[in-house]
Amino acid sequence: MIKGQAWKFGNNIDTDLIIPARYLNTSHPKELAMHAMEDADPKWISKMQKGDFIVAGENFGCGSSREHAPIALKAAGVRAVIAKSFARIFYRNAINIGLPILECPEAAQEIKAGDTLEVNLADGEIKNITSKMIYHAQPFPPFMQKIIKAGGLINQLKSTK
Amino acid sequence: MGQTISEKILAKHAGRKEVEPGQLIECKVDLVLGNDITAPPAIKEFERIGVKRVFDRKKIYLVPDHFSPAKDIKSAQQIKMMRDFAKKYKIVNFFEIGCMGIEHVLLPEIGAIRPGELIIGADSHTCTYGALGTLSTGVGSTDMAAAMATGRVWFKVPEQLKFVYTGKLAKWVEAKDLILYTIGKIGVDGARYMSMEFTGPVIRKLSISGRLTMANMAIEAGAKNGIFAADEKTNAYLRKVHAGKGIIYRSDSDAAYKRVYEWDVSKIEPQVALPHLPSNTKPVSKCKKIKINQSVIGSCTNGRIEDMRVAAKVLKGKRVHRDLRLIILPGTQEIKLQMMKEGLMETFIKAGAVVSTPTCGPCLGGHMGILAEGERSIATTNRNFVGRMGHPESEVYLSNVAVAAASAIAGRIVSPRDL
Ligand code: SF4
Repeated sequence: MIKGQAWKFGNNIDTDLIIPARYLNTSHPKELAMHAMEDADPKWISKMQKGDFIVAGENFGCGSSREHAPIALKAAGVRAVIAKSFARIFYRNAINIGLPILECPEAAQEIKAGDTLEVNLADGEIKNITSKMIYHAQPFPPFMQKIIKAGGLINQLKSTK
Repeated sequence: MGQTISEKILAKHAGRKEVEPGQLIECKVDLVLGNDITAPPAIKEFERIGVKRVFDRKKIYLVPDHFSPAKDIKSAQQIKMMRDFAKKYKIVNFFEIGCMGIEHVLLPEIGAIRPGELIIGADSHTCTYGALGTLSTGVGSTDMAAAMATGRVWFKVPEQLKFVYTGKLAKWVEAKDLILYTIGKIGVDGARYMSMEFTGPVIRKLSISGRLTMANMAIEAGAKNGIFAADEKTNAYLRKVHAGKGIIYRSDSDAAYKRVYEWDVSKIEPQVALPHLPSNTKPVSKCKKIKINQSVIGSCTNGRIEDMRVAAKVLKGKRVHRDLRLIILPGTQEIKLQMMKEGLMETFIKAGAVVSTPTCGPCLGGHMGILAEGERSIATTNRNFVGRMGHPESEVYLSNVAVAAASAIAGRIVSPRDL
């Protein structure tokens, strides 16, 4: 069970907002994390706490294929991203590198900035402690659960090799 | 039930007779691509897997194009990592400066792409190759690493969308306008996780270069891929670049589409996508008062010789506005050479433009034309997100080549008709 605070962002949060291309001359997670969400909210990284959640609208992570985007969020300490929907490459990348993502339109709509959330990744249950609401995200297909359980695609490959 | 081109290619590569939207499948890939941003993390992950060799040293393409020629020490390190990796694993297709180009302009030009193939690239605009009847799609670095080791990748079979374009395009209306118009209609997630199939009389007449422009921006509607049925034009192109034939698939007449869009495009004007989304489109005549500081012509969307010819047509004998910088980026060395042969270089330089070596450069705010706070650029590129070309308070307006060239002369956004 993981607990943290919600940070809200809008629709179509693109990968240039998550990690601007000007920082992509490195792929070091810690360096990337320092600039996470910088062009959406330059102060966010100094305000957020390890273990917090990003709650966003439709099409989170649209744009480029840069894996640096989920890596930056994961390294910044984001526990999970809850959104109405995710862009396809971001969705793959998040699973492949082990950043938990939850697709749940109702939760993404109703959760307010600053709400305290508790999320159970195993069954996709999202509890809003502040408003006392409970939501259920769509569970991952078993195939993806295996990748997540192994800690990402590379670890899964290593274990089956 | 009939199948679409995309479904047939996926089925073939998954070793199945047919596939259905929503199915998770594992496919063999024909080509794996990476650039100087995405390959370095992929290389690190690849080394972690612990295999001794890549799945096929001829089928991996490494193109440092984003921050190349290396713009700073960190970029130089990234490119060096690719170079060393290519050497170590004897990868044939590594493109150093001198023979490089923007990946998605380069690969079709050197005959690396054929119809019916399944291609993945750690770059979202890998979808460009759909222009040749190929299923190609962007993935992340981890997917690239796994594919370099195994030659395989997992997919969810996408739902299918069909776009039918009828009528006749007006003067100065290009393929770019068709795709901007389409994204304006369906939105940046209008094709999220789906295939876009482009068809109709207008498409049949469209050049391969134009089809590459359209397929390139399928990702801007959220699509997994954009695809065109290969035809005579495709075959002629494949012969020209010595690519070989490939396998030509057609969508069955009873193939199932989630939705079919049909538009008569005779009346559309050149389109401009205003900040900060490619779907934020307007006809150019509605943008007249917008002053701009820069115009960028190039990128994987519009950096081919055909684009350069359109730019030259507009710029010939003219001067760019004194308050504005015009930056022209040919997609590859070959294109630059052709520009020299045709006298386009001279036209551009005389007009007051800067002509660069092939690179992604300002398209992603890398180098070679970064915007300051409050500045505006019109660009033939594909994204106008916040901060895409520089300062978070700068703005990018997307357009076709003719409009970007005309606007460079006028200093504000105009159609070539208004010059
Ligand atoms: S030209 Fe622009 S969009 Fe195309 S690959 Fe380069 S950075 Fe990406």
